[in-house]
Amino acid sequence: MPLDRDPADRTYKVVGHRHNRPDGIDKVTGRAKFGADLAAPGLLHGRILRSPHAHARIKSIDTSKALALEGVKAIVTAADFPDHPQVLEDGELTNIRYNVMAREKALYDGHAVAAVAASNPRIAAKALKLIEVDYEVLPHVVDVELAMKDDAPILHDHIRTEGMEDAPDCPTNVAERIELGYGDVEAGFAEADVVIERQFRTGAAHQGYIEPHACLANISGDGSGDLWCCTQGQFMVRDVCAQLNGMDVSKLRVTPSEIGGGFGGKTTVFIEPVAVALSRKAGKPVKIVMNRGEVFRATGPTASSAIWVKMGCKRDGTITAAQAELKYQGGAFPGSPVSMGAMTAFACYQPKTLKAIGWDVVTNRPKQAAYRAPGAPMAAFAVESIVEELAHTIGMDPVDFRLKNAATSGSKSAYGPTYSDIGLVETLEAVKAHPNYAIKLGPNQGRGVASGFWFNFGGQTAVTLNLNIDGTVALSVGTPDIGGSRASMCAMAAEELGIPYHHVQTIIADTGSLGFNDVTDGSRVTFASGLATIEAARNAAKVLCERAAKIWGIPADAVTWENGCAVPAGPNAGEFPPMTIKELAKKAGETGGPIAGHFEVSADGAGPSFATHLVDAEVDRETGRITILRYLIVQDAGKAVSPAYVEGQMQGGAVQGIGWALNEEYIYNDKGVMENPGFLDYRVPVASDLPMIDTQIVEVPNPGHPYGVRGVGETSIVPPLGAVANAVAAAVGARPEELPMSPPRLLKLMKEQAQPLAAE
Amino acid sequence: MSQVHVTTKINGDSTEYLCDADETLLDVLRDRLQMTGSKEGCGTGDCGACTIILDGRPVCSCLVLGAEAEGRSVETIEGMANGEELHPLQRHFLNGAALQCGICTPGILVAAKALLAQNANPSETEIRYWLAGNLCRCTGYDKIIRAVQSAAAEMRGETHAA
Amino acid sequence: MRYESPTTVEAAVTLLANEAGKAHILAGGTDLLVRLRSGFIEPDLIVDLKRIDALKSITMESDGLRVGAAVPSAMLNEHADAVAGWPGVCEAAILIGSTQVQGRATISGNLCNASPAADSVPAMVAARAIARISGPQGMRDVPVEEIATGPGKTSLAKGEFVDSILLPKRAPGTSDAYLRFIPRTEMDIAVVGVGICVTVDKTGTCTAARVALGAVAAKILVVEAAAQALIGTKGDEAALNALAAACSAAATPIDDKRGTVAFRKEIAGTLAKRAAKIALSRAEKNL
Repeated sequence: MPLDRDPADRTYKVVGHRHNRPDGIDKVTGRAKFGADLAAPGLLHGRILRSPHAHARIKSIDTSKALALEGVKAIVTAADFPDHPQVLEDGELTNIRYNVMAREKALYDGHAVAAVAASNPRIAAKALKLIEVDYEVLPHVVDVELAMKDDAPILHDHIRTEGMEDAPDCPTNVAERIELGYGDVEAGFAEADVVIERQFRTGAAHQGYIEPHACLANISGDGSGDLWCCTQGQFMVRDVCAQLNGMDVSKLRVTPSEIGGGFGGKTTVFIEPVAVALSRKAGKPVKIVMNRGEVFRATGPTASSAIWVKMGCKRDGTITAAQAELKYQGGAFPGSPVSMGAMTAFACYQPKTLKAIGWDVVTNRPKQAAYRAPGAPMAAFAVESIVEELAHTIGMDPVDFRLKNAATSGSKSAYGPTYSDIGLVETLEAVKAHPNYAIKLGPNQGRGVASGFWFNFGGQTAVTLNLNIDGTVALSVGTPDIGGSRASMCAMAAEELGIPYHHVQTIIADTGSLGFNDVTDGSRVTFASGLATIEAARNAAKVLCERAAKIWGIPADAVTWENGCAVPAGPNAGEFPPMTIKELAKKAGETGGPIAGHFEVSADGAGPSFATHLVDAEVDRETGRITILRYLIVQDAGKAVSPAYVEGQMQGGAVQGIGWALNEEYIYNDKGVMENPGFLDYRVPVASDLPMIDTQIVEVPNPGHPYGVRGVGETSIVPPLGAVANAVAAAVGARPEELPMSPPRLLKLMKEQAQPLAAE
Repeated sequence: MSQVHVTTKINGDSTEYLCDADETLLDVLRDRLQMTGSKEGCGTGDCGACTIILDGRPVCSCLVLGAEAEGRSVETIEGMANGEELHPLQRHFLNGAALQCGICTPGILVAAKALLAQNANPSETEIRYWLAGNLCRCTGYDKIIRAVQSAAAEMRGETHAA
Repeated sequence: MRYESPTTVEAAVTLLANEAGKAHILAGGTDLLVRLRSGFIEPDLIVDLKRIDALKSITMESDGLRVGAAVPSAMLNEHADAVAGWPGVCEAAILIGSTQVQGRATISGNLCNASPAADSVPAMVAARAIARISGPQGMRDVPVEEIATGPGKTSLAKGEFVDSILLPKRAPGTSDAYLRFIPRTEMDIAVVGVGICVTVDKTGTCTAARVALGAVAAKILVVEAAAQALIGTKGDEAALNALAAACSAAATPIDDKRGTVAFRKEIAGTLAKRAAKIALSRAEKNL
């Protein structure tokens, strides 16, 4: 859907201004209903029994004692998720089924093994202790490189390495090899004056949403029913739950609650199919709420990685060759985001030659789920570290070095397609011009820069807009609001219809009320649901014009919509005073019935968003503790519909990246059991860890959206890992190759490598 | 297991309930009294989403037994607004976009209210340390800190209502 | 499980002594409830101390400041005499958990959890604090370092509980400090904790010292060699280095999710130096 017109000519009345969100009052008063806030008469409480072993054969499960406990109403195991044909036909659905309830083997610490529904949570917890599972503990592997070895414990007998012509026909943990690139990298390195290579490692991070997964299923005797849950995609939940439970998709209605954070982690299912199965078996509503330990052990953190990067440049800064080998473990099932890591790694630049190889590896860890720009932050960490080092080595300003090589509008991207209008150069120039770039640093302080890229996504989208009798508008969208998107939808509908912002009310519709929508992911909502909202509003405006034409007795094409009114299209159309939306709404019944607009699309043209981050950090050389002194984000939003929420996305993503860089990681013991499944030792940043996070929005309109909007949610987590590492490297004179840069690691690095500091 | 009978004041109203001896005050509020504004993010006192004010002090209601509330005074997010009139903190959070998903918001508002009750003019650092036990994963805290500052300024009478 | 909230120490002792099953004390509850909810403990009886008036107060006695077992860290830090007289103990207590946790958590509870990483305990050990134990046999006073016998284990007999802690009165020129290392600025468990209490004479020379380390051994460690390194000095660089070396040498930590052996040993020394400087400067002001 093309950009309407030259943005320089366009002024917006609603879009781009700061409005309070429609869900705001409920959220500051405690009235908003999140996943765990729902209740139903006769409610049962579900709990899930989880494997204490990283890898174990399940020889038997005896539920008889638990079933005999007073208050226990139903128990389900893998046997309750039989081989429905629609499941077996779909490899990913088969994996999800295995992930939500272990079958022949438990594949990771925390893997669901059985579930109980009881009259209260405390009885359910007691019942779990009465379920007897006979495990045969098997050797395990949680490290990506160890899992790739020939003698590694094998998770799945059926996996053979895809993407390799000469892959041996024997079981392996390496699910796929991918390769992309162009040109002859060896020739590129030969042309270079400076070549740097390093081996990096990153830990597995969790999205860390504060709301644990929660759902409430209520399935009737006839096999139809309702499911309420916190999710990034009610349609995905409906389709997966119905298929896993052998139900017609039409029999299940899913209503999304408010969602207390997702960041990609709620784009799949964990407990929802189990709640449906328990409710059907018990004949009563069943609610399952995860505790925090379950969230860490048994939802979908991101991949951990081992990444080797080699880059070469000429003295003038031209990058002549870029090469990477990325190994990502995505937990117990294939599907790590390594291909996105490989595609995004060099996407900010135009190296003359490029080669990237990626390996998707399974290990005895929870099945990974999307986490904000999945696969990109760790690749960017490795590449941006080398880019910064190249710049320093040839004595070039790191921003200038990036500008020299930056991807530009119309350039061919490192991963293949040609970029449309993009804003990387603008972000770099803004950083260079920002006062933070000139602040003088003190001792033990360092400054780091990094850029980042994310593709963004469009996807299947349906929106319906209905005009109310008083001229206000009810807008239904199908993409759960994870950061204020309802406000943006209201703004775009109001802009199109020429009515005040507060005359539009946006709801997130249940699966029975609206056509299919892909999940809220890929930073797609403001772009895709936004353009569908704009088109739905235009369709409604068309109907409004037809109604006015009917009243005036002139042809429909002689009426046009302006500033919230139907007006004659030109002097030949006749003299009629403008007819307001309110008047037309009131007369709808007499002029043809309800007035509405809708739009359904597979949206293309989601323009990528680039960002550049600038960070100053200080290191306590005696303890290895890092303090973030100041932080600047500059990011291209295309057109910021709700600037305050765009800033919020930028700040939140950056701080998640800071956490990943400094302290967040999954820690496993020698038995493959997660050691830190709680917010005490999985250390997300707290308020006192941070300074204010400065933001600057750049607007290079996306040619694929009527207003130029591009998604902003994900890009912001891509640069921080590299930016913080670069700042630390500058502060201590040694380069961190492993994330997180926890104090023990940094102190060790300084002891082994640190050079006396040169003056900045 | 016989239940414990508790009489307590919640947001100024006398309230009676029965609870199990091992049931938390958070579970009582949410499951028995249908006051679901207090959230459970961790159940271990590490996230602050369940913050309430108990006898004048902010505490994690997940770390208080329901039985302990006998004869005490409990303030929750549900008692923060006065009818239609929002508390200045609520208003500034709304106007300042200091919430995204909103799950941490009730706990942060209650904790911030307790801060301003004892320190009308906290510094940025004091706000950050006071709220260190309230995790927010969406905002990076920037707009939260600013909203507390601007609400405090209004409550001190330095600025007009936002 | 039963919940009881007696109003006298005697009633609490009777409840505990008469319980046939497993009984636990609820003071602040910030650790007890976590363990209860995780299923780690399954008590038959919980005895809440917070209805016992005597245990809710901070009292200046002739031999020091008595802090009741139901006094939360926040309240301790609101007590002007406590903060002025025992700044190290108070700053340790106010590092425990969040603001919300500090409104509940008590130093007696911190002590009786017997965690090697408890923040307030090295500070109390350095301050030579005395725990008062009530039990079926009456009352007894023991140095706080004798309460924990290992991680999660105490020397308390059945029916006994710590009802208060005495922070002994200090000689002129005495003060203390507590520092801990954590990866974040708040909300973590100490990777290393150091409590130091010193006495200085009018020349600024250290005449007495006590150094206690947390999170570097199965119990809180009193490092006599570290104290000796300070005594007779004015806290010059050489003395501080000797103090640090003694602390690093004494530490026998483990590798775990919070830190490595090498890191903990080194940081024990680093923090000891920093804490000693603070304690010495505070002590001089108390002359």
